[in-house]
Amino acid sequence: MAFNTDKNSYTIIFAIAMVAVVGSLLAFTASSLKGKIDANKRTEKQQNILFAMGVTDAEDPNEFVPAEKAQELFDKYVGDKQYIVVNGEAQKTKEAFDIEVKKENDKVKRDSSYERKNPLFIGEREGETYYIIPLRGTGLWGPIWGYVALDEGYSVVKGAFFDHATETAGLGANITEAYFRDDFIGERILNAAGDYKGITVKKGNADPKNQRKDDNAVDALAGATITGDGVTAMVKKGIKMYQPYFETLKK
Amino acid sequence: MAEVTEEKVEVKVKEPREPLFSKKNKKLLTDPLADNNPITIQVLGICSALAITAQLKPSIVMSISVIFVMGVGNVVISLMRNIMPSKIRIIVQLVVVAALVIIVDQVLKAFAYTLSKELSVFIGLIITNCIIMGRFEAFALGNGVWKSFLDGIGNAAGYGLLLIIVAFFRELFGSGTLFGIKVLGDPVEKTGLYALGYENNGFMVLAPMALITVGIIIWVQRSRNKALIEDH
Repeated sequence: MAFNTDKNSYTIIFAIAMVAVVGSLLAFTASSLKGKIDANKRTEKQQNILFAMGVTDAEDPNEFVPAEKAQELFDKYVGDKQYIVVNGEAQKTKEAFDIEVKKENDKVKRDSSYERKNPLFIGEREGETYYIIPLRGTGLWGPIWGYVALDEGYSVVKGAFFDHATETAGLGANITEAYFRDDFIGERILNAAGDYKGITVKKGNADPKNQRKDDNAVDALAGATITGDGVTAMVKKGIKMYQPYFETLKK
Repeated sequence: MAEVTEEKVEVKVKEPREPLFSKKNKKLLTDPLADNNPITIQVLGICSALAITAQLKPSIVMSISVIFVMGVGNVVISLMRNIMPSKIRIIVQLVVVAALVIIVDQVLKAFAYTLSKELSVFIGLIITNCIIMGRFEAFALGNGVWKSFLDGIGNAAGYGLLLIIVAFFRELFGSGTLFGIKVLGDPVEKTGLYALGYENNGFMVLAPMALITVGIIIWVQRSRNKALIEDH
């Protein structure tokens, strides 16, 4: 090439131009696709909630309902039965859907006197009621989240769904697998005395067919100790925040 | 004006264009698959080879993603090779990979959401894959666009091939499955091989066994082709 690419001035100009070009390219991509991505995320959330209450793809029970039917089915099974739970009281509002557990967690972290808003979805299917609680926690590499559906007595898990951002494929990422999440079905979150225990993902639990439903524990995944501990903490802390409300309901 | 055109014609005659798939170009594509494999010979990209090969499916997804990023990245770097200041070339290379990966990620999130969910982990891992920086540095900076493209595809495919071989053994012996299908029977119900007392080797699922598996492949490859053994 004719010009000297080693000159300092050229290097600086090149760097500035590159940053400008790449920056605007990325900003353009992000802003032009934002609407579509947000819509996809909304649909996914609806699919997740439906999945936790057992509304799945007609052909494969381990798949979500098809994206194009998510809104329709969500209206049918959950509809406006969306609540914001603050301490022991619940308020019926559709704003519950837009509350992100992560943002509430952050607000509590910044200001310990902040009264967190806990979203709760109530689903009705075939005469049964599902209390669906969104959860969020930390795995090994990044965030994990999920939805747990409780029964009318607020003590037995009727359905669960877990997902993650960056857990190790084949190890921690297996929390999304049916053989892990199905172990939660039927597990009790209270012990025999009625005290809140949560559900522990336990090494050496030695219950691969999940026949013991009253031990507040499920089998851990091999090679995924930290992710499993993350799930334990997430389930325990997440459901606990709704306990004051469930207590008032029981009375 | 007439003179100028004549000159141009002469130049063209002096340098006949190489056919797109000449022997040399084909070698760029096939060499990294075996005798110059980025993992077993150059020992690059080991980190992601250890991390994601516990199952076959993510390995294949990762291979396809790397083939795409490697192919396009090499082309972009090759196009910029003459205007790029050498002092900041590593930064430029990083920016190219990162920008490429982010754009792919965003487009997938908007138009193929389920696919993007499956790819989520690997998108980040692609940026850190040393094969990509390695090929930018060693090849794309000094070669033309078409050659760089072939080199990128070839190296990424060689990387992918190794991932798939390692994942096949790790998934089969570690979990008794292939693509999640229980090929050896059910370990809980004790059917198939498990009825005979066979057990899955949980160690295969962990990262150290990936390293050992890669080591065995290197051993097999070098004992079959002695020319690959380095002098010490």
